[in-house]
Amino acid sequence: MEKVKKKKKSAALRSEARWAWFFVAPTMIGLIILNFYPIISTIVQSFYRTKGLTGQTFAGFQNYVTAFQDSTTWQALLNTIKYAIIEVPFSVVIALILAVFLNRKMIGRSVYRTIFFLPMVCAPAAVAMVWKWLYNQNFGLINNLFGSNVAWVNDPNITWISIGIIGVWSVLGYNIVLFISGLQEIPGDYYEAAQIDGAGGIRQFFNITVPLLSPTTFFIVQTRIIGALTVFDLMFMVLDKTSQALQKTQSMVYIFYQYAFTNNNKGMGATIVVILLVFILLVTFILQRLEKKVVFYN
Amino acid sequence: MESVRAKQRLTRIVIHVILIIVSIIMIVPFLWMIITALKTNQEAISINPFYIFPQAGLHWENFSTVWKSYNFLLLYINTLLLIVLRVICACLTATMAGYAFGRLRFPGKKFLFTLVLIQMMVPSQIFIIPQYVMISKLGAVDTMFGLLFPGIVTAFGTYLLKTGYQGLPMDLEEAAGIDGCNTGQKFLRIMMPLTRSSMVSLGIFTAVFAFKDLMWPMIVCPTITKTTLSAALAKMQGQFSSDYPSMMAGAVLAVIPMVIIYVIFQKQFVEGIATSGGKL
Repeated sequence: MEKVKKKKKSAALRSEARWAWFFVAPTMIGLIILNFYPIISTIVQSFYRTKGLTGQTFAGFQNYVTAFQDSTTWQALLNTIKYAIIEVPFSVVIALILAVFLNRKMIGRSVYRTIFFLPMVCAPAAVAMVWKWLYNQNFGLINNLFGSNVAWVNDPNITWISIGIIGVWSVLGYNIVLFISGLQEIPGDYYEAAQIDGAGGIRQFFNITVPLLSPTTFFIVQTRIIGALTVFDLMFMVLDKTSQALQKTQSMVYIFYQYAFTNNNKGMGATIVVILLVFILLVTFILQRLEKKVVFYN
Repeated sequence: MESVRAKQRLTRIVIHVILIIVSIIMIVPFLWMIITALKTNQEAISINPFYIFPQAGLHWENFSTVWKSYNFLLLYINTLLLIVLRVICACLTATMAGYAFGRLRFPGKKFLFTLVLIQMMVPSQIFIIPQYVMISKLGAVDTMFGLLFPGIVTAFGTYLLKTGYQGLPMDLEEAAGIDGCNTGQKFLRIMMPLTRSSMVSLGIFTAVFAFKDLMWPMIVCPTITKTTLSAALAKMQGQFSSDYPSMMAGAVLAVIPMVIIYVIFQKQFVEGIATSGGKL
């Protein structure tokens, strides 16, 4: 009797495993062809020098040496970090404050939400086009409105900030959505208790909301950092090929695109993207380490 | 008591003022896009700040001109078809794999799921050169298959659906097992319908991503009649570099369908983005 049961059980397990393999097969085959082979292929490619349209020769670390000796690479890495320094803190802090406001019951809440979330569904290509027009030095709304004459997207010292502002404007809605869903998980009694103790809104915010929301905040910061380090669309749409700000603004993914698809230098393109990969993995690793220290888990 | 009331009222007013200022900042780019699209180029580049609105009537013909010269009908069809195909592929493959990872026991499960997680950690730009080489070797440049290619399967969707399946109560399947269902029947009849909300989230995420994506369609579909709205806008900017009303009319046309869908299905969008973690 026991034996029969065992046999039945192992047959059931085998059948379960067969079904499971059948279910994961499409995804796993797809991931291998579309993602894992490409990772290896890109790394291999970064050791080859591209010649003409199709030819290539093994070059060892030559591409990496070229990339590291070229100030463009370092400048692009720096530009990418600078962009992240604008986009991430501002979009997170502003979104947190707005989310706390929007989490209260009040008149017009759904109107505000609709407006704030609107950029989430807009193609960055269109968003960047409009902002570029707003930023236009001679005819743009911003310079006209303030009577200024700033070269928002042409001045090497300003353009990275201008594009960072578009980035903040674009991702604000996402961050607010995530913060609101995090806020709704904080039990209301904490606030009630605080109110009885006589703690005001600002003290409640710093003593209850900020620590209890820290897992959400950490998640958002992490996602935003990775997103900002791979910024491309805004750069591509806003920066003219002739812009004087190009060198001081273009991001890593932007120069990757230029190497790989505009200049058809796949070897250098692969090298740049591998450097970016290593950098991002490093950042991810540091963030994971930080998580235990800064996040408050209940 | 009076003073507390007054203080609360003041707080409310301050909050509304802040929210209204931010609303204006969020909405002005949209308004300026529409207003510019209705002007003549002469009006658009007029530097008199008081000429904010079109002076000589509304130039709706800007829209029809752009519509015709860029064949927006085709761009809409391409974009819509791409979205539909990507959503179907993503939901289908992810729900199957998510079920296996979330509910079934099988050898190799841990290893395979680690692969899924690794894919999610790696920036997607690293896949693009080889993906493009594959597409050009297959002769699929400028085709719908080329556009769809990187989105046939989804590691992120698999992860999302796995979480969805894990959240379902354990005894559901046991009850079904007693009734003599095999694993496939359990999946189709009982489990899959219960993860509808995760599927909707994944569908919305996939649709918005496909709509916004710029680099891949630019690379794989360089011909303007074969590409998506986003990539067509990039081309348009190059050609209309100083015809601002036409550019803005194009931007309005590219943005409007998604905005309308969003306003109608706002609740689902917000939930979808909240659960998919805003990974866009």
